[in-house]
Amino acid sequence: MIRVENLVKTFGEFTAVDHISFEVGKGEIFAFLGPNGAGKTTTIKMLTTLLRPTSGELQVDGLNPGRDSNEVRKRFGIVFQDPSLDGDMTAYENMEIHGIFYHVPRKLRLERIEYLLRLFELWERRNEQVKVFSGGMKRRLEIARGLLHTPKILFLDEPTLGLDPQTRNQLWTHVKHLNQTEGVTVFLTTHYMDEADRVAQRIAIIDHGKIVAQGSPQELKQQTGKDSLEEAFLSLTGSTIRDEASTSADQMRQMAKMWGAGRR
Amino acid sequence: MSAIYVLWLRELRRYVRSRAQIVASLGQPLLYLVALGFGLGPVFQKAGQGNYVQFVAPGIISMTILFSSVFSGMGLLWDRQFGFLKETLVAPVPRIYVMLGKTLGAATVAVIQGLLVAIVCLIAGFRVADLTAIPAALLFMCLIGCLFSALGTAIGSSLQNIQGFQLIMNFLVMPIFFLSGALYPLNNLPKALGLVTRLDPLAYGVDGLRTTLIGISHFGLTADLSVLTLVTTIFLFIGSYLFSKIQV
Repeated sequence: MIRVENLVKTFGEFTAVDHISFEVGKGEIFAFLGPNGAGKTTTIKMLTTLLRPTSGELQVDGLNPGRDSNEVRKRFGIVFQDPSLDGDMTAYENMEIHGIFYHVPRKLRLERIEYLLRLFELWERRNEQVKVFSGGMKRRLEIARGLLHTPKILFLDEPTLGLDPQTRNQLWTHVKHLNQTEGVTVFLTTHYMDEADRVAQRIAIIDHGKIVAQGSPQELKQQTGKDSLEEAFLSLTGSTIRDEASTSADQMRQMAKMWGAGRR
Repeated sequence: MSAIYVLWLRELRRYVRSRAQIVASLGQPLLYLVALGFGLGPVFQKAGQGNYVQFVAPGIISMTILFSSVFSGMGLLWDRQFGFLKETLVAPVPRIYVMLGKTLGAATVAVIQGLLVAIVCLIAGFRVADLTAIPAALLFMCLIGCLFSALGTAIGSSLQNIQGFQLIMNFLVMPIFFLSGALYPLNNLPKALGLVTRLDPLAYGVDGLRTTLIGISHFGLTADLSVLTLVTTIFLFIGSYLFSKIQV
């Protein structure tokens, strides 16, 4: 379903993704793990047509995200790592806009929106502007929105960041269900190793832009001779703490805070 | 197509929800109208040019549309900052639709702002010469709105963050306004200034609006209409090209 060969992305001097290759089969749940700044999000951005690779081959469902962008976009859904909601719109409107973007027929759209908003306990507050929501509620809405249409491939970039165990459980149950009943291929990143262990069939570990290990959770544990995936992960990537370079978007967000958040 | 509609609707909803902003954005045109309209009125009259409020009102309406549409177009920067841009960029919708929905929404908001200012002008004593010309005047308002919304979207697509905003204001939007003849007649200008005003697309918008509303023309309606249409088309092309190239 996804094929990546010798993929490279550089930002000036900095190499974010350094000759990585991997494959994700149809109907597979694939976890892409790595410390902060390892290149996970950059890879997802290239797969989802948001960034152009510096070099290397990319294929999503047999198509090239750089050339057949729009066809590729029809095939995936994504939950981003950082916020992507419209704060001026209500929760319901955010869902509606998404449904229209993805050509979900009206009747099905109304049903799915109600089902998902109820599932993530946002239905009561559907007519409130998203900017008044708490962090957890926004996160839940992002996830509900990402699940509104049924894509062939679902990208989940640290979807459970800042979620309570209840919501996390809901999310993974739902994702597994989608995977089993609709055959949705899932590509996820997370910092919670227990989640990856529980959900993923195959895992790739990336560090400093390079893939350092690939295999099933079981294989990774055997390979490193550790009992848990967390220990295996640490032994593969070391225990030093990484800093992510602050992006221009982060800087802007800070500016906005300084100026009293501007319009929103 | 429904994507264009839903993005257009989003701009309108946002506009209606920011009531404080509506009131605030009417302040500046009102100041220009009162301070300049009544302040310069006597001088203008003595120079034998007639009633200045009458002359400047179409200019003030154009100014309102200019500012409002460039700002809304550049609203893209806010979408970028708050992340919603990504949602639109991964959607299976041709990017040109996204850009068009956004631009048309911004233009509609700008025209509504222009109409509000027109009402204020009427209260301040502005009188339309020929009521049958109002549809034509509306057409010019829409053209100005589309032209500068497209410009705003183009700028918003190429800027990475809001730091560049002040630069655009001081070196692009303000000159476009001051060189458009919104505040003074374009007749008998020094040669250099006259030449520059000819390159300012807003000059044709102001002229078209002035022609239809009060019957004073400088370039002539045909020239106004063709220049505005042409430049709007060019800006729409540039805007959608730049928008299609966005990477985040």
